[in-house]
Amino acid sequence: MTSPLERKLKIAGPVVITANRLSDGAVVYRAASGEWTTQFTRAAVATTAPTAAELLTAANADGLIAVGAYVAPVTREPDGGLRPGNLRESIRMNGPTIALPGH
Amino acid sequence: MYLYDDFDKQLVDERVAEFRDQVARRLSGALTEDEFKPLRLMNGVYLQLHAYMLRVAIPYGTLSSAQLRTLASVARRFDKGYGHFTTRQNLQFNWIKLEQLPAAMADLASAGLHGMQTSGNCVRNITTDHWAGVAPDEIEDPRIWAEIVRQHSTMHPEFSFLPRKFKIAITASAHDRAAIKVHDIGLRMLRNGAGETGFEVSVGGGLGRTPFLGKTIKPFLPKRDLLSYVEAILRVYNQYGRRDNIYKARIKILVHELGAEKFGRDVDAEWQKIKDGVLALDPAVVANVAARFRYPDYQDLKDSPAELTEARATDAEFAAWLGNAVANHKMPGYAIVTLSLKPEGAPPGDATAGQMDALADLAERYSFGEIRVNHEQNLTLPHVAQRDLPALWRALGAIGLATPNVGLVSDIISCPGLDYCSLANTRSIPVAQELSRRFANLGAQRGIGRLHINISGCINACGHHHVGHIGLLGVEKNGEEFFQVTLGGRSDEKAELGALLGPAVPYNEVADVVEDVVSAYIELRERPDELFLDTVKRIGVEPFKERVYATR
Repeated sequence: MTSPLERKLKIAGPVVITANRLSDGAVVYRAASGEWTTQFTRAAVATTAPTAAELLTAANADGLIAVGAYVAPVTREPDGGLRPGNLRESIRMNGPTIALPGH
Repeated sequence: MYLYDDFDKQLVDERVAEFRDQVARRLSGALTEDEFKPLRLMNGVYLQLHAYMLRVAIPYGTLSSAQLRTLASVARRFDKGYGHFTTRQNLQFNWIKLEQLPAAMADLASAGLHGMQTSGNCVRNITTDHWAGVAPDEIEDPRIWAEIVRQHSTMHPEFSFLPRKFKIAITASAHDRAAIKVHDIGLRMLRNGAGETGFEVSVGGGLGRTPFLGKTIKPFLPKRDLLSYVEAILRVYNQYGRRDNIYKARIKILVHELGAEKFGRDVDAEWQKIKDGVLALDPAVVANVAARFRYPDYQDLKDSPAELTEARATDAEFAAWLGNAVANHKMPGYAIVTLSLKPEGAPPGDATAGQMDALADLAERYSFGEIRVNHEQNLTLPHVAQRDLPALWRALGAIGLATPNVGLVSDIISCPGLDYCSLANTRSIPVAQELSRRFANLGAQRGIGRLHINISGCINACGHHHVGHIGLLGVEKNGEEFFQVTLGGRSDEKAELGALLGPAVPYNEVADVVEDVVSAYIELRERPDELFLDTVKRIGVEPFKERVYATR
């Protein structure tokens, strides 16, 4: 039986690597430079499974800055810009869709 | 209030020190995430979508004013100025930073608060009737027994790594306000033919992916045997509960697969070995725990004082609140006041630090410094003199806690959903907000009558949708949010699981569908005082389905 870690990564479009920052839980993305950033626009975009797997492996090796790294889908806009590929990732990037009490 | 002793204080302080060290080692890299995760979970710390979430235990839902002020202070200093009261009488902070958690926990510990056993595969916070100790129909205060089980199960080495989490609820009233039938163990105090008090014990209730109502395996358990019998249940579960499949690991699956009769026999066999040992409850021990519950020094008052009758006669808004949010107390001249945390358009169960501080003051002035947390995500002031009700109502109104919608259609129970939770498939708070706006008219709500809506953003059912009179379950289909609708669920002494209405409806149509269900009920009820649940019971879901889906 193949371990989940050894299973082949499959992607259906462009993806980024995202995680939560260890110190405060903030949403972070893996940048092309190999750093973690809170800016979605700086996230490294992978369009092939091997590239995504490589980014994910590097992200997981860095367990002190961020935790729970995974591959998240992104959507490319007609103007070339990127946006999160689903509602969950959109909420992670933008925060709750509701006004916070007292704010 | 229960007065914690030095042992409790030492236990909590030591846990803070231990966790401070664990956080330091995690931040330095001495602990990996795999090593740290179970340690943080033992203290109620989850990692959610945007931040760490800290779940604070509120044993049997009882808070002092000092504790509520501490929660307010932690909300201000370490969070975003608010907290979320949950369906298990706990409070959650949504934005705590890991590096600040030890300091936040130290603040909480100074008031006897902590997050121990609010997560993990252990016995969780014992919940009970939020009217415990003041309900007129109560046999005795169930919190004494909840506290005894709390002491027994806290850091119990044999039960710290159960197959899955374990939830116990206790009620001592004929009307079950603690939802005992949907707990792993439900305890209902009752008197037997000889006039002795004891417990009816049910097991295997629970919601989530596979909902079941608890089955009674012991119709009458003497009080002295409470701990030994609970331990016997936990032992049988610990031995035979499944650890190979997280979805089949709860005791409800074991009870279902073995059958309640066989499970009960296994428990009895285990119980016989231990029932007369150290766990047999010595009356002196029970008396000692009972003595640490301090009851208010009630005054000798009469019901319906002049201040109350005059305000009721002259102020229609006050009279409406009185009729909705105020209940009879066991002591003459006193009342139980429910504070709705569901004002129009607000996230259910959320309270700001300002509200908590103001309420702590009001509790001191009007309720002997005591507040209760209801599993319906509301709060209670349990000991209010009836003569003070008009003044209290005005003060509550000023801080947004006097909405007279308790038990009505806008008194919605909702999980945090996809706006916060890493497990959720759909948002649930915005659905609750939209529904509370649609049904904002209080006169119309009173015309509809008692109706509970419960919303869960995923199959884990933290919003208890299976037992909502109208239950809404968020599901994701091809990246879009949909909701399944169930009707006829209830969690009281006549507990039932709701029946599915029909195909799931899109997120944007949920409020319309609920409005259609309510309109259908008004059309179908036999008379204005036939409750929604009674109409569903009488005619089933089919007539509702026909009306709701006719144009969809």
